[in-house]
Amino acid sequence: MRHVLGIGEIGLERAEAILALVPRMAEVRSRSVPKVAALRGRTVAMLFLEDSTRTRLSFDAAARALSADTMTFTASTSSMKKGESLRDTVETISALGPNALVVRHRTSGVPWQVAAWTEAAVVNAGDGAHEHPTQALLDAHTIREALATESLSGVRVGIVGDIRHSRVARSNVRLLRMLGASVVLVAPSPLQPPGVEGWGVDASSSLDDVIGGLDVLYLLRVQAERITGGAAPDAGEYARRFGLDHARVRRLRPGAIVMHPGPVNPGVESSVDLSRLPQSVVGRQVANGVPVRMAVLLDALAGAGAGMEEE
Amino acid sequence: MTIALRGGTVVTADGEVRADVLVDGGVVSAIGPSLRGDAELDATGCHVLPGFVDLHTHLREPGREEAETIATGSRAGALGGYTALVAMPNTDPAQDSVTTVEFVRSQGRAAGLVDVLPSGCITAGRRGERLAPLADLAAAGVTLFTDDGNGVQDASLMRRALLVARDLGVVLAQHCEVSSLTAGAVMDECACSGELGLPGWPAVAEELMVQRDIDLVRDTGGRIHFLHLSTARSVALVRAAKAEGLAVTAEVAPHHLLLDHGALRSFDPVFKVNPPLRSPADAAALREGVRDGTIDAVATDHAPHPAWNKEVPLDEASPGMLGLHAALGVVGAALSPSPMDVARMMSSAPARIAGLSPRHGSLPAVGGAANLCVADLSARWTGGDRPTGSRSANDPWVGVPLVGAVRHTVFGGRATVVDGEVQQ
Repeated sequence: MRHVLGIGEIGLERAEAILALVPRMAEVRSRSVPKVAALRGRTVAMLFLEDSTRTRLSFDAAARALSADTMTFTASTSSMKKGESLRDTVETISALGPNALVVRHRTSGVPWQVAAWTEAAVVNAGDGAHEHPTQALLDAHTIREALATESLSGVRVGIVGDIRHSRVARSNVRLLRMLGASVVLVAPSPLQPPGVEGWGVDASSSLDDVIGGLDVLYLLRVQAERITGGAAPDAGEYARRFGLDHARVRRLRPGAIVMHPGPVNPGVESSVDLSRLPQSVVGRQVANGVPVRMAVLLDALAGAGAGMEEE
Repeated sequence: MTIALRGGTVVTADGEVRADVLVDGGVVSAIGPSLRGDAELDATGCHVLPGFVDLHTHLREPGREEAETIATGSRAGALGGYTALVAMPNTDPAQDSVTTVEFVRSQGRAAGLVDVLPSGCITAGRRGERLAPLADLAAAGVTLFTDDGNGVQDASLMRRALLVARDLGVVLAQHCEVSSLTAGAVMDECACSGELGLPGWPAVAEELMVQRDIDLVRDTGGRIHFLHLSTARSVALVRAAKAEGLAVTAEVAPHHLLLDHGALRSFDPVFKVNPPLRSPADAAALREGVRDGTIDAVATDHAPHPAWNKEVPLDEASPGMLGLHAALGVVGAALSPSPMDVARMMSSAPARIAGLSPRHGSLPAVGGAANLCVADLSARWTGGDRPTGSRSANDPWVGVPLVGAVRHTVFGGRATVVDGEVQQ
């Protein structure tokens, strides 16, 4: 049993081991009975204290495909609404005996706090603006697949949007750099994080300056309340400066791909329909969510040796 | 009943003297060799200092007695060598009426371990809208006014408050924070907050208000005390204001001298405090400021919170940490101060600022008030190894090496702490 907290704690070796499991997980998913016994008898509890349907369903499907039992606590069903402390909630859920706790919270650091209060393996499903390691793992897998290369060395990734408030950006920067890619973060200065100069990446406030040099254009979801909160220009101006449009699509390198963690705000991050754009791999990101999370749960709970026989 | 403090080194106006101290009633009756008393306390290896004075204690009573009471906070203070505490006004109700101030003072008397000096609010309810009845409160004995926890945002209101305070001969103590720059902030805005994805509290939010209030003091001829300064630039601003001759004083909290924003990498809300822990360079500038006297006093900002307000996500956690029990040990570890420096920054300067001299803050002298702290200034201990005295457990010093420990405290001629244990 081991936690899956942040990309830094996971490290390169373990990240590669998880990614190496993904094709086997995808193969399981393609079987006529898409389910193996690897985690039979284990329980995975979902502690989702921030709204998230996609990530929660993806973890739930991954746990079931490995034959784990699941239970779900959300902000609206848990007694945290009644003012219970986070520690009390975690200790109560832990008393039910789950082997893993998949934690999503709007505040940075909560999975680390939870890990101190439970015997279960804690899997970070996104904390505040801090980390979203399973998203970064599925993105790395998607990039390798789409660019048909194992090595990301020399690959140039541009991440565009509200970097400052983005856990997807932070986890991706950490993992992509670990895997050898070079990264440029594109945002107006108020949406760049403090200390970005120490991240080992480039920073730019102009998408047009960098778009022609990218192998991967990664558009972040814009959270409207942050854009209108005075940290950046209005949504229309944002779309004109940082959104993908047909003119910018034409400036993409041959073979370049476009990514987005979803859900897309139509007309803000892109005025081009990302579900129809040939360069878009958004659908593959979604499809890779379950096998990558299967690999993560297997790594956290069973190690690579677990049985892949049908249940 | 007389008490003899035997075998220590007394820090007097004439320097350090190896002597016994005899306390009779509320006063020091003799300093000299081989003094005997009805009770005798061993001071071997210790310095006899004036009892410490904390300019900045949150006692939480009335209203938040689950965190601390005036009795438990007084106990923490006595264990830390304190004989006087200035009680911050962010109680419920706030200390903006004579009734509440009298209640706090009387609870302090009932606890009987330290002098509890209630501060008063600058504005009614600390809401920053209109002035509290400063003259009524001053007539009731309040000498220090603050909206601590909130800075007074409105420059016009602050300007009027400075003029009224000048008329009354009292001091305003500002919590420097331009709130429009700190909404939702959890920690220092820095590379570390960027890395952790936590909302930041930029240094400039403090420095803008320090600068504004220095300008208002120059403009009004008033007097100000800056609470818990946390940045290098704030120290520089105060240094320049003092060089100009303005009536400005300042304090620093022990945690800002020894901890830095890297502590938040643990995501442990015990390290969430307002103003936040800053950079190592800020801490170094604060240490320099307190050494050279730019910062007059070390003040704890002792801020107890129950577990259920700390074992929560960082954005929901209440800001603040315990301080009284360990302040001397932190000052020792951070500054390696001389005994005279300890007396200055923890007793005489804060007593002067709060208007408590000469009853508090005076170096031991025959005929002087018997408010004394007997401390082994070279004792090494690890935070968490000694009782805090507090009702709450948000102690940031657990596991931290500290230097300097209180052995006995004498308040009003009575031993309140003997061998590190409170005498109820």
